[in-house]
Amino acid sequence: MVTQEQRAIEAAANAAAAAPTVDVAWEALAGVPDPEVPAISIVELGIVRDVSYANGRLLVTVTPTYSGCPATELIAALIRERLAAVGFNDVDLATKLSPPWTTDWIAPEGKRKLAAFGIAPPHVIGPRVDVAGISPLRRVGVVVPCPRCGSQQTTLLSQFGSTACKAQYRCDACREPFDYFKPH
Amino acid sequence: MNGSLFEYLLRLGDNDVVLAQRLGEWVGHGPVIEEDIALTNVGLDLLGQGRMWLTYAGEVEGEGRSEDDLAFLRDAPAFRNVQLVELPNGDFAATMARQFYFDRAHLLLLTGLARSADPRAAEIAAKAAREVAYHAERSADWVIRLGDGTEESHSRMQRALDRLWPYTGELFAADAVDLALAEAGVAPDPRGLRDPWLASVGAVLAEATLETPRGEWMQGARRGGGRQGVHTEHLGHMLAEMQFLQRAYPGAQW
Repeated sequence: MVTQEQRAIEAAANAAAAAPTVDVAWEALAGVPDPEVPAISIVELGIVRDVSYANGRLLVTVTPTYSGCPATELIAALIRERLAAVGFNDVDLATKLSPPWTTDWIAPEGKRKLAAFGIAPPHVIGPRVDVAGISPLRRVGVVVPCPRCGSQQTTLLSQFGSTACKAQYRCDACREPFDYFKPH
Repeated sequence: MNGSLFEYLLRLGDNDVVLAQRLGEWVGHGPVIEEDIALTNVGLDLLGQGRMWLTYAGEVEGEGRSEDDLAFLRDAPAFRNVQLVELPNGDFAATMARQFYFDRAHLLLLTGLARSADPRAAEIAAKAAREVAYHAERSADWVIRLGDGTEESHSRMQRALDRLWPYTGELFAADAVDLALAEAGVAPDPRGLRDPWLASVGAVLAEATLETPRGEWMQGARRGGGRQGVHTEHLGHMLAEMQFLQRAYPGAQW
């Protein structure tokens, strides 16, 4: 018969063993670039929702950016490859849809890297009232500065760019077209 | 209830997959490269949403059918999409008019479904609604741009809106499946979506200097429409191309 005390001791021991393990896994995942936006990692993109470790198996929970994102399967393969390289061979991947991914989860450091890469980072959306509201791309007064020259004089060319997550803009000052990571 | 839910999920999934296939036909044919890319991006979102609905439908059915089995191994009468989305692309105005009518209804439907008593349906709908908000804005932009454009673009857009109008009734018709799910709090009653749809469509058309069609006669009103498996002659041809590979080489994978 296992007493409550024994169970508590066991749980504490498990947690202690898992803590460094989970940290190592997070560190490894921080080295996995997003296949379509390789300037930032999947952790900075905010799609790794949870990492846990129990009974010798690692569970990584990922949320998709867009429903039809063609990189989803590649990302799963990259995660397994990267984790295997640091010794995790028993990895389970879970998909979590809710709460839905939002660009507000992109870390500030990730946004700086996007801008340096030539992609205008998404604006912060903040709390949402209704999912059916006008899309945040079109909110009045939102200026998307050119990631190359910094000009505020830019024009939206199309809400759909080279990938589902980006819109196409043109800078009216330096005349260069550029991508804008859509607030989502 | 499970039978109704399965039917309903097929309707959601088939709308997405069929319209995605139609939009995919524009690849390499868009009027400018930005629009070529945008059309297929919208198609890609819809395909992703369709995959989630059909995967769920297969699970609810419980006979081991996967999303691929449902998409590639059913014949036209087993498809449950509305007729509107299976209609040929026509010119760019017709494609955008079809998209505009559908997007506005789709957004209202998903917003209602995001509050579904079925948690899986609710989370898929909440995810999809954010993508569809962008679709709805883009198609409205084009309706306005073409309607309030040249004489030629105005007349083409008005003609497309008039021709497609009789196919919009099906978006808001309720049958026993809809009523069972509405009763259970799983899905909104489609009849309740018509007024908000008309208001939002009317506002865009007014801005576009276009007339909202007034016809009362609607396709499928008497004998059922696409959601009951009664399709136009166009769906079979579309599926022949979409399903060719799996029909010719059953089980092929890569």
